[in-house]
Amino acid sequence: MAEGRTAADLSVLFAGKIYSPNPFWLASAPPTNCGEQVMRAFDAGWGGAVWKTLGDPIVNVSSRYSSVDWNGQRMMGLNNIELITDRPLETNLREIAEVKKRYPKHALIASLMVESKREAWHKIVQQSEDAGADGLELNFGCPHGMSERGMGSAVGQVPEYTEMITAWVKEKARTPVLVKLTPNITDIRTVARAAKRGGADGLSAINTINSITGIDLDTFVPRPNVDGKSSHGGYCGPAVKPIALNMVQQVQSDPEAALPLSGIGGISDWRDAVEFLLLGCSTIQVCTAVMHYGYRIINEMTDGLANWMAEKGFSKISDFESKSLRRVEEWKRLNLNYKIVARIHEEKCIGCQLCYTACWDGAHQCIHMDRVGQAVGTDGHRDGGHSTPAMRERESREVIAVTPIPKLDYGSSVNGSEPFPTPLARIPRVDESECVGCNLCYLVCPVPGCITMEQIDLGLPAQSWEERTATAPTPPITGRNCD
Amino acid sequence: MARFPELHPPFDGPSALIEANRCLYCFDAPCTAACPTHIDVPRFIKKIAQGNLRGSALTILDANILGASCSRVCPVDVLCEGACVYHRYNQEPIEIGRLQRHAMDAFLADGAVLPRASATIKPGKVACIGAGPASLACAAELSKQGFAVTVFDRKPLPGGLNTYGVAEYKLRPGDSLREIEMIRSLGVEFRLGTEITSEALCKLEQEFEAIFLGVGLGAMHRLGVPDEDHPSVTNALDFIERYKTAGNLAVGSRVVVIGAGNTAIDAARAARRLGARSVQILYRRDQQHMAAFSFEYEQAIAEGVEFCWWTQPVAIQLSESGIRSITCVRMRNTTGNSLERLAGSEFDVHCDMIIPAIGQSPLLQFLESCRGVRVERGRVEIDRATGQTANPRYFAGGDCVNGGREVVDAVADGKRSALAISKKLEAAHG
Repeated sequence: MAEGRTAADLSVLFAGKIYSPNPFWLASAPPTNCGEQVMRAFDAGWGGAVWKTLGDPIVNVSSRYSSVDWNGQRMMGLNNIELITDRPLETNLREIAEVKKRYPKHALIASLMVESKREAWHKIVQQSEDAGADGLELNFGCPHGMSERGMGSAVGQVPEYTEMITAWVKEKARTPVLVKLTPNITDIRTVARAAKRGGADGLSAINTINSITGIDLDTFVPRPNVDGKSSHGGYCGPAVKPIALNMVQQVQSDPEAALPLSGIGGISDWRDAVEFLLLGCSTIQVCTAVMHYGYRIINEMTDGLANWMAEKGFSKISDFESKSLRRVEEWKRLNLNYKIVARIHEEKCIGCQLCYTACWDGAHQCIHMDRVGQAVGTDGHRDGGHSTPAMRERESREVIAVTPIPKLDYGSSVNGSEPFPTPLARIPRVDESECVGCNLCYLVCPVPGCITMEQIDLGLPAQSWEERTATAPTPPITGRNCD
Repeated sequence: MARFPELHPPFDGPSALIEANRCLYCFDAPCTAACPTHIDVPRFIKKIAQGNLRGSALTILDANILGASCSRVCPVDVLCEGACVYHRYNQEPIEIGRLQRHAMDAFLADGAVLPRASATIKPGKVACIGAGPASLACAAELSKQGFAVTVFDRKPLPGGLNTYGVAEYKLRPGDSLREIEMIRSLGVEFRLGTEITSEALCKLEQEFEAIFLGVGLGAMHRLGVPDEDHPSVTNALDFIERYKTAGNLAVGSRVVVIGAGNTAIDAARAARRLGARSVQILYRRDQQHMAAFSFEYEQAIAEGVEFCWWTQPVAIQLSESGIRSITCVRMRNTTGNSLERLAGSEFDVHCDMIIPAIGQSPLLQFLESCRGVRVERGRVEIDRATGQTANPRYFAGGDCVNGGREVVDAVADGKRSALAISKKLEAAHG
């Protein structure tokens, strides 16, 4: 605003009815266990909260969580075997009413899970709405514990049950009904369609993914350890984001399934949130990031989102909602005549050679260490006798190296004519004629901008596999095509 | 010994893990290439990151049996860490030395049990003369391959400069000795307190099929000024050896160190830590010409050591109680880069202790007794790849070959010789 930019309007109206000052909701989980927590979250800046699932109180085990660390970073993925709320329903309902009274402008959604009886659903819908909930989220996704009792994902994995219970709820509900989808299913669209047929006003996706995070190698007990045993739990956190994005895209690209969608799955920062919004979500829900860092992370999320919107010239969320949805296509419609190759920017290369070993062992052997010493074959192809990674390494180990001591090294000097900061001998070279444009080198390169993927104009019109096989006889399957 | 806090303190477990995870795991890594013993640095670091400290230590030891002392004394700035690709990415290099120490400390604390490569003793006995890093590396490698090795040294403790000559804040004698115990556990025999004379060498030639010379260098050069035998004149190696092993901590209040190599800096910093009020390093040339690594120089400055360039001592002035001062002259470069004294430039530097550190002379007399071994400009001539001398039964490595480099260079030399000796013995015994 200081720069004269209009502040972005982050507010959303989910399913045309649920107002939220920003698209960031807390997912139904431990951070929304009680009113005191939810109010602190709203104070911190969260736009909405989905209450920890209401139902008949349960008894939990201890311990309940386990996680996957990655390369020194904690909680790349989090797993839980905690069940729905363990507090009396009346307490939850009283606190919902209290929160709603004190925070009328925030979105408060009641997550529900009761036994698969019409009356039971009618009753909890009534109670939740009477308490003041702005909407209902049907928990058909919880993959552990409750599913053994015929609830949670046991419902969400069967389209007929999903449709039936959604319809029961709709008979009673006056507020929007969201169905929370489980990813533990072959095709998430089948259940999304069922929810839509049942009359759902919206969807939430995804719930947690069945998982065993790891095993204690001293005790042989998988985590989390409950008296020497474990049970599969629900996986979430940054690790699941790509899976969630794909499922969100599948649902929102399917006319029979698409509904206003609250995106869930590993959203840790504003960038993740924007991605979910770009694939058709109207709000997003966060849990693991809050369990890791607390409610305070909402500031970075709303601030990052607002700044990005201002930079892109978007004044409201709907300006970019679903913008990337049409950018996802079936593979057969991708342009086969689009060609890119890797280009190494020598001045940025630090000589780690990760691209070289990745290309040789993980891709197509078209990056070479031959700028110095080794003559490139006249045809530039690997048949010209490129040294393999093992050969390179062996040569290096055979060199006699000594500690450089100026007094003793009289007369010798380092070659001062190197054109780049990294010795030319350590800078890999891409054989562009062999490069298939797979991106692997660019992905492993630790230096931003050091390897770029550059388009090569083949001078051919765009043509997809679908088009190519429609105009030419189907090529015989030789077994060599699928590598 | 709070006065000698370590130069590179150990990592705690979590810090080591964070640092290990920072490593890019370069392919054909420059740090490995820069290491004279070619320790597979990314591999041992990855093993730390994966919680496999024993595997990490064995990776280090496979390349460098003195991995523990090298992790402390190596000038990593000009070796592995100096080669780290992170220098070109606006980041600090990986702390390879401290990570190596982390793995080695864990290994030693765990009993330092090395796998035996060979169960049987192969024919062909080898003698290593000198118990410094070169001989230790040679002996350990041969022993791992199944040969009987005996190490001789005139000193009562093994380790050579590792035990006696490296500054305390880099390597404590106990750490050096602990590492040597591990080598002894491989089956290496030590005969210490044994001076190898010309006659003794004749006997060794009869008893041993191959002889490795890891004798290092000899006495320190003398200043060549009158009164340098005064008790308050102590050469740097004697000074370091005394405070490290004999518990003799007497130091003057104004100390002058002559010379600007790494040993001079070790001595100067030790003198500071032992309580000298002022320590001055006098050097006949300037900073550009000094033999010390620049990081050693900077650390010495940080500890309050002063440097006086273009300064050459010419006389020691005594008082009734001891040394009063050292008389110096100014030097300057002539065309052709030789030095000349500036006429009439005499001046006195007040001091009560003088530590000459102007290098060691070669052990010419001993080397001449090794028949057939050629010595050129004070250094034993060898084939670089095998360490073999002009006498095919003699091999050599370390300071007596390279004129005085680092521990890691000696280890590399010793190991190369061991591989060549092993090949030779296997061929001889079919």
